Amino acid sequence: MTKRLDGRKNDELRPMKVELGVVKSADGSCYLEWGNNTVIATVHGPRPIFPKHLANSEKAVVDYRYRMAPFSVGERKSPVPAKRDKEISLVSGFSLESAIQVEKFPNTVIDIDTVILSSNAGTRAAAITAASLACADAGLPMNGIVSAVASGRANGEFILDLTKEEEDAEDAVDTAIGVLMPQKEIVLLQMDGFVKKEDWKKMISIGLKGAEKVYDFQKNALLKKYPVDGDINE
Amino acid sequence: MSSINSVDLVNSKEILESIKLGKRKDGRDLLEYRNLEIKTGFLPSADGSSWVKLGNTEIIAGIKFVVGTPYPDSPDKGSMSLNLELSGLSSPNFITGPPQIDAVEFGRVADRAIRHANIINFEDLAIVPGEKVFIAFIDCIAVNADGNLIDATQLAAITALMNAKIPKLDENYNIILKEYTDKDISMNLKNIPVSITFDKVADKIILDSNQVEELASSARFSLGIVGDTVTSCHKTKGGVFSEEEINFMIDTAVGKYAEFSKIILDSRK
Repeated sequence: MTKRLDGRKNDELRPMKVELGVVKSADGSCYLEWGNNTVIATVHGPRPIFPKHLANSEKAVVDYRYRMAPFSVGERKSPVPAKRDKEISLVSGFSLESAIQVEKFPNTVIDIDTVILSSNAGTRAAAITAASLACADAGLPMNGIVSAVASGRANGEFILDLTKEEEDAEDAVDTAIGVLMPQKEIVLLQMDGFVKKEDWKKMISIGLKGAEKVYDFQKNALLKKYPVDGDINE
Repeated sequence: MSSINSVDLVNSKEILESIKLGKRKDGRDLLEYRNLEIKTGFLPSADGSSWVKLGNTEIIAGIKFVVGTPYPDSPDKGSMSLNLELSGLSSPNFITGPPQIDAVEFGRVADRAIRHANIINFEDLAIVPGEKVFIAFIDCIAVNADGNLIDATQLAAITALMNAKIPKLDENYNIILKEYTDKDISMNLKNIPVSITFDKVADKIILDSNQVEELASSARFSLGIVGDTVTSCHKTKGGVFSEEEINFMIDTAVGKYAEFSKIILDSRK
């Protein structure tokens, strides 16, 4: 096994640092540093939805925004949301919809805003992980927590939580996986690359194990701010 | 957002109940596609074109080459850009106007299912490496939207690309309209990309949903396949999949590959 550039083991996550409740005006918020990714997520709501025809009479609408700050990448990025940003926003919102008990709040909207302040591969996973914590911080009734991570292959090795440098390898493939924990249900799965199906199945199973590590981290972060006795499943 | 017809919504509840029992309204098996027809090269103004009918879903794709500058990270390669338009033309549920999120999403998923298959030799679309390259604009227009727009769009786009001719250039590298070289886009025909989209209705996995079935679906999963290789994937909608379900869909999609890659290859004139 060749060592990774930053000395990590293949199944090791980059260091994570988190702070909950950083945005006072929001109902819930989270600041997350994950390797060289930095993200802030806030939650507002459930609150009335406008315009009213967007309302759903069976459940709350989850309006998720993934945004990359212009200074978060090498060359300045235009602040106008690109197609990529819109697509990530949509699927990330769906992944959180499965975690929040949206059926308790018909005809409302839950606004989730995430901003990537600095990026180094795996930003959508970082944003979802932070947004999930922000939802818990907001005290929303939840079925579980979404834990997201990138699982991939670079230089012939299956690795977890790829960096930009690893993503740029000739044979690199990376799969973003979001898992509703502790149920272990897959709520986000995105990949593009070129990978044999058996290899890819392996990648997904490595990703699921990685999500458990992210979940442990999220659980500790919540317990630190909201100490409870015994088992938690907020 | 597109608005949803309330009659469709009521019908979708009925369909949910019937799919729970393993039955589809139109008599298809859960993993059966609708009838597929492809007509290519029918538009005189486009550099390549295709009309795909998948049941009642119809998508027209047209190719236009444009001379542009290459991306800084791939100076010796041309590029492609796929765009999908879902206007009020194709469904009473769509509103004509700026691109809605569905169109952006479906277009991007179809785009990825082609781009990452290594079928197009983008080096051959370079005109002056580092300075001028061909960009293949693939504009797809939904004529009738009745579900599974992702697979239909991908089929229209790839079959239009396979039938496209590269335009002639004058000495200043401007395109001479309606004059073509005898060159096709250089393709690696072993790598025909196929897009296969699953929907989860109740606890059943189905293929090629129509519009009402899509309303009943809780989660959707699209795969881009080349042989036994996965080139892209995209999970969407608010529902969940287990690892077993994902593995089942990968195996099923790979099993469908031979049939669809042959249809795409046969569309080449």
